[in-house]
Amino acid sequence: MFTDNLKTEIKALTTKYPEGKQKSALLPALHLVQEQGNNSLSVEQMDVVAELLSIEPIEVYEVASFYTMFNLKPVGKYVLEVCQTGPCMVQGSDDIIDHIKKKLDIEAGETSADGLFTLKPVECLGACGYAPMMQMGKFYKEHLTPEKIDKILNECRNNAS
Amino acid sequence: MASQKLLLKHADVKGIETYDVYRKHEGYNSVEKAFKKMSPEEVLEEVKTSGLRGRGGAGFPTGLKWSFLAKPEGVSRYLVCNADESEPGTFKDRYLMEFLPHLLIEGLIVSSYALGANTCYIYIRGEYAWIVDILEKAIEEAKANGFLGKNILDSGFDLEIYVQRGAGAYICGEETALLESLEGNRGNPRIKPPFPAVKGVWDCPTVVNNVETLAAVVPIINHGGAEYAKIGVGRSTGTKLISACGNINKPGVYEIEMTESVEDFIFSDEFCGGIPKGKRLKACIPGGSSVPILPANLLLNTAAGETRIMNYESLNEGGFETGTMMGSGGFIVFDEDQCIVKHTMTLARFYNHESCGQCSPCREGTGWLYKVLKKIEAGHGEIKDIDLLWDIQRKIDGNTICPLGEAAAWPVAAAIRHFRDEFEWHVTHAEEAKTRNFGIAQYADALV
Ligand SMILES: Cc1cc2nc3c(=O)[nH]c(=O)nc-3n(C[C@H](O)[C@H](O)[C@H](O)COP(=O)(O)O)c2cc1C
Ligand code: FES
Repeated sequence: MFTDNLKTEIKALTTKYPEGKQKSALLPALHLVQEQGNNSLSVEQMDVVAELLSIEPIEVYEVASFYTMFNLKPVGKYVLEVCQTGPCMVQGSDDIIDHIKKKLDIEAGETSADGLFTLKPVECLGACGYAPMMQMGKFYKEHLTPEKIDKILNECRNNAS
Repeated sequence: MASQKLLLKHADVKGIETYDVYRKHEGYNSVEKAFKKMSPEEVLEEVKTSGLRGRGGAGFPTGLKWSFLAKPEGVSRYLVCNADESEPGTFKDRYLMEFLPHLLIEGLIVSSYALGANTCYIYIRGEYAWIVDILEKAIEEAKANGFLGKNILDSGFDLEIYVQRGAGAYICGEETALLESLEGNRGNPRIKPPFPAVKGVWDCPTVVNNVETLAAVVPIINHGGAEYAKIGVGRSTGTKLISACGNINKPGVYEIEMTESVEDFIFSDEFCGGIPKGKRLKACIPGGSSVPILPANLLLNTAAGETRIMNYESLNEGGFETGTMMGSGGFIVFDEDQCIVKHTMTLARFYNHESCGQCSPCREGTGWLYKVLKKIEAGHGEIKDIDLLWDIQRKIDGNTICPLGEAAAWPVAAAIRHFRDEFEWHVTHAEEAKTRNFGIAQYADALV
């Protein structure tokens, strides 16, 4: 997982901060590792990050566990982060979440049997005017409908096969 | 008359996100003006004169905040742009950064010059991952054209701007939690004082401002603070971005002059375009989820019968009893079909999820609020639970290190204050409440 490239990239992050303040690169480093890996962070990976940034492993664990974007348990190839907060709820986010649960036969927080999808209901993502919505990877999918969800799921399956 | 646009004036121009097009549309004029004709102190004076108030939610005068920045010899100063934007209902900063990235970069350059900060960080919520690329591209372009880097426009002033991604924590929008996060720590707010202006990031003097606040510095320098202050009324000067959502025909981001009436804003075609399917207006949260919800009657007119206007003072008219707040400008509209109990429960879940856990009243209190609201919503509530909710929110309010406690307490207090009969109906008609919302008939005389 930790290619020389990734190590160099993580080291390079520290140049954005003053001398001795390399701990500031922790969040960006964890993002890099999670994105280039399996969408989640393992203890072993966090230990390497600690070493690269010259900080204690516990300092990495306590930060990783604070922020909801870091997945500390394995997740699917695609994580469907559906917003469930008020403005999205008003536009039917409950129906979207139910639809995904039924389609994939999973509950919130679970991963589909084929290991492709994880459903992760989240709180407001700043897309309230384009609700209902979800985040998938780097981008947002907005104005969701059950049909749109079906289409997205199919596209993902095609990409994965 | 259409509202005057200062921030979104060129938002519809094709290619405005690129340096070349932006530059042709007055882009970076304020940097040239400030660096060539003005001293940092003069820039600060213009911002003071403009009356600009922080657009992140608290509305603190920006010029005054800047004047508090400590300037010890030989210590670096920092400008941190708060792009964490996580207050439910708020998506205006995203709009600015996504479509007008150079406007923000321009504002950051002029503001850093005024503050004498040679490094600036944009702390952006982690989910806005694609916007990081947009901003970094704009930074690169500005640098290639001599507006960033060493000795900008031969002024002797150096500046670097970096984008720092958060990772999903609403609390990191609170300025001291943000600074902790920027240092690579958990987002636990700090006890103030010392304020960031004295001890901010890495214990250095730091100014934290919202995206929209810093973008507004551009028109202020271009036109002068006095001209800017002519827009708006009273202490609500300039223009304000409102992100409108919920049950309206035209959700989106609007720039207003703070002289429009709330009624106009909701019903006119220039803005929200009214409520879909001819439904009636039930309630609204005009400034992001943390500000008090108001029923339609108190929203459109103050308790004293005056037309309510979309600005800091008018929205606040009546205080907590009958008024609300401008907040972050996250404007959430509810039609007659929406259930206030369920809505309040989702907000309680949000604050419970987002509490950093440092202070007991907030950590435990938000959990209790959520549990009790869930119980009422599910039809298992008792009348005394409503009083319990009131009691819990009172015990959180004012007893925490940072204002997340209040942000969690106020929405519950306002919902009970204005919609107590709906909560009671949920208790007394538990079976019916499962399939039907309280609706609006009960408020008929209060409605428009
Ligand atoms: C819980 C909490 C969340 C906040 N979230 C944000 C935010 O997302 N964006 C923001 O600009 N300000 C936010 N603020 C306000 C900041 O603490 C700070 O007042 C603001 O960034 C100052 O900038 P301004 O004066 O330009 O508004 C939040 C405050 C609290 C208490
Ligand atoms: S409420 Fe869903 S994006 Fe804001």
